[in-house]
Amino acid sequence: MTEEIATREAYGKALVELGQRMEKIVVLDADLSNSTRTVLFAEKFPLRFFNMGISEADMMGTAAGLAASGFIPFVSTFGVFATGRAYDQVRNSIAYTKLNVKIVATHTGITVGEDGASHQALEDIALMRVLPNMTVVVPADGRQTYQAVEAIARCSGPVYLRLGRPKVPVVIPEGLPFELGKAQLLKDGKDLAFIATGITVKPALEAAKLLESEKISAAVVNMHTIKPLDKELLLEMAQKTGTLVTVEEHSVIGGLGSAVAELVSENFPVPVIRVGINDTFGESGTPEALLKKYGLTAENLILAGKAALQKKKEI
Amino acid sequence: MDLFKSNSKGDENLPAISTAAIEELRQKARKLRRDVITMIYKAASGHPGGALSVLDILVVLYYMVMKIDPANYQDPDRDRLILSKGHACPALYAVLADRGFFPAGFLESLRKIGSPLQGHPDMCKTPGVEMSTGSLGQGLSVANGMALAARLENSRRRIYVILGDGEIQEGQVWEAAMSAAHYRLDNLTAFLDYNGLQIDGWIRDVKSPEPLVEKWRAFGWNVLEVDGHDYTSLLEAIERAHAQKGAPTMIIAHTVKGKGISFMENQIDWHGRAPNKDEYARALKELEK
Ligand SMILES: Cc1ncc(C[n+]2csc(CCOP(=O)(O)OP(=O)(O)O)c2C)c(N)n1
Ligand SMILES: [Mg+2]
Repeated sequence: MTEEIATREAYGKALVELGQRMEKIVVLDADLSNSTRTVLFAEKFPLRFFNMGISEADMMGTAAGLAASGFIPFVSTFGVFATGRAYDQVRNSIAYTKLNVKIVATHTGITVGEDGASHQALEDIALMRVLPNMTVVVPADGRQTYQAVEAIARCSGPVYLRLGRPKVPVVIPEGLPFELGKAQLLKDGKDLAFIATGITVKPALEAAKLLESEKISAAVVNMHTIKPLDKELLLEMAQKTGTLVTVEEHSVIGGLGSAVAELVSENFPVPVIRVGINDTFGESGTPEALLKKYGLTAENLILAGKAALQKKKEI
Repeated sequence: MDLFKSNSKGDENLPAISTAAIEELRQKARKLRRDVITMIYKAASGHPGGALSVLDILVVLYYMVMKIDPANYQDPDRDRLILSKGHACPALYAVLADRGFFPAGFLESLRKIGSPLQGHPDMCKTPGVEMSTGSLGQGLSVANGMALAARLENSRRRIYVILGDGEIQEGQVWEAAMSAAHYRLDNLTAFLDYNGLQIDGWIRDVKSPEPLVEKWRAFGWNVLEVDGHDYTSLLEAIERAHAQKGAPTMIIAHTVKGKGISFMENQIDWHGRAPNKDEYARALKELEK
């Protein structure tokens, strides 16, 4: 998988391949199978696919029942509906029960694009992260999505896998192993560290590269698992660089930035600059225009990186 | 009373039940009602009304109908019951203890810190509890998932679920009702504990779910109506549910909230409070008869 591919497309393909090898995998969707790409699984394994109609709450409960009977349900819809719409069902029927349900949301963040705010989940990481027993995973590209789908199928317990709509370039080097809960140091550095997740890993890498020409050494960590957080690597980076810049296609409240700030403030306080959506709903536009407007670009990350260095000096 | 001999439809039949057996069940139910009230009294909190209204349905299922083995309670081919109206769990706990899923001594610990018997059912803590419930409206969806799983595995196991009549005001119940009919889940039998009361009053005053029979039928269900405290009627209805092909069955069980303790019957006040010492003594006395 070397070409530009949407993480949701990689998900659909991974499901088909895993479906062949793992007969306990079943897939549920809520009238969005074409968009979530679970349609690929549905075509191949029609008897193991359940379209629940536009009934997200019901879908979560049904998945819980299948999981309680030994199946491995993958449940897909858009992020807003998978988390907010069915929150109590995810909380009480899936997380509290520790059932082996894999919630895979395919349209999350600002890059949902033209559909606008009603469809742009900017708080889903926060909602899922606060649930005990829940694992939260945000892969950086199609290649990593492929690995992540297999990893979550093989781990036991509830997982929230956050994917996106648009095609995204491959940023994860081939052959880099994927392990849940183990963040990846993609570029080392000593002045500051970008802690990025999902599609923001790419602008973080670009910003780090551009900063080099200004003699600023920035590390880049791909925090693909937001829960459980890789505390070890994070604290190592905090100690080594003295300041962190978190980057996420999500509200700065409750997501990766919050998780990182919580960790370092208790263990090794350093300035943390959170780049993300600043407590506002999204809006319509192309994904590129929106990423630009909301500051999820290499240019803006360079500014954030410099602000972090400034903060470090002031301390 | 050869109720089931006249109604034989292949191997889905339940064994015939004698008058003596029915009397034995009644005795059992009186004992279980004492357990329920004792448990709630000792916990000094809980929901007696809905526990007492649902108890006879549980008695029929756990002593006459369900294929379960307390010694092997995780057998994949066991029948399953979900108490969707989770607040009535003292009734389920009493039955599970009596059937040997866990020691009767557990009952005293209901709702206390560290107890395996939580205020609402917790499948991770209590042997025999198939699904954690408490947030109303979720059990039918889960039962559907279990019924789909049974079908995928070509298992003959059956799924039972009990809903409250107030509970069905939740929209998810109707999403699930559509799903069960769409997927023709004839291995699923639901019960509605139709005691007429919810917390804030009579259901018909708060927000009426009527006409119930027509509603469930319109949603594609096989609908039966019975007296939810009458064992022969319940058994007959369950047998008819088992014989039904291509659709799930809803057994609307007319019940009395607080059943068996005169001063609790049909009283909204007894939805969610424990008896005091005097009330407890009076309740036990009535249940000794
Ligand atoms: C989603 C949800 N909302 C509210 C409650 C609080 N609650 C507990 S029991 C109950 C009334 C239930 O009435 P019904 O289903 O008729 O139960 P029963 O009469 O059998 O006790 C309510 C509102 C809850 N447990 N779950
Ligand atoms: Mg009621």
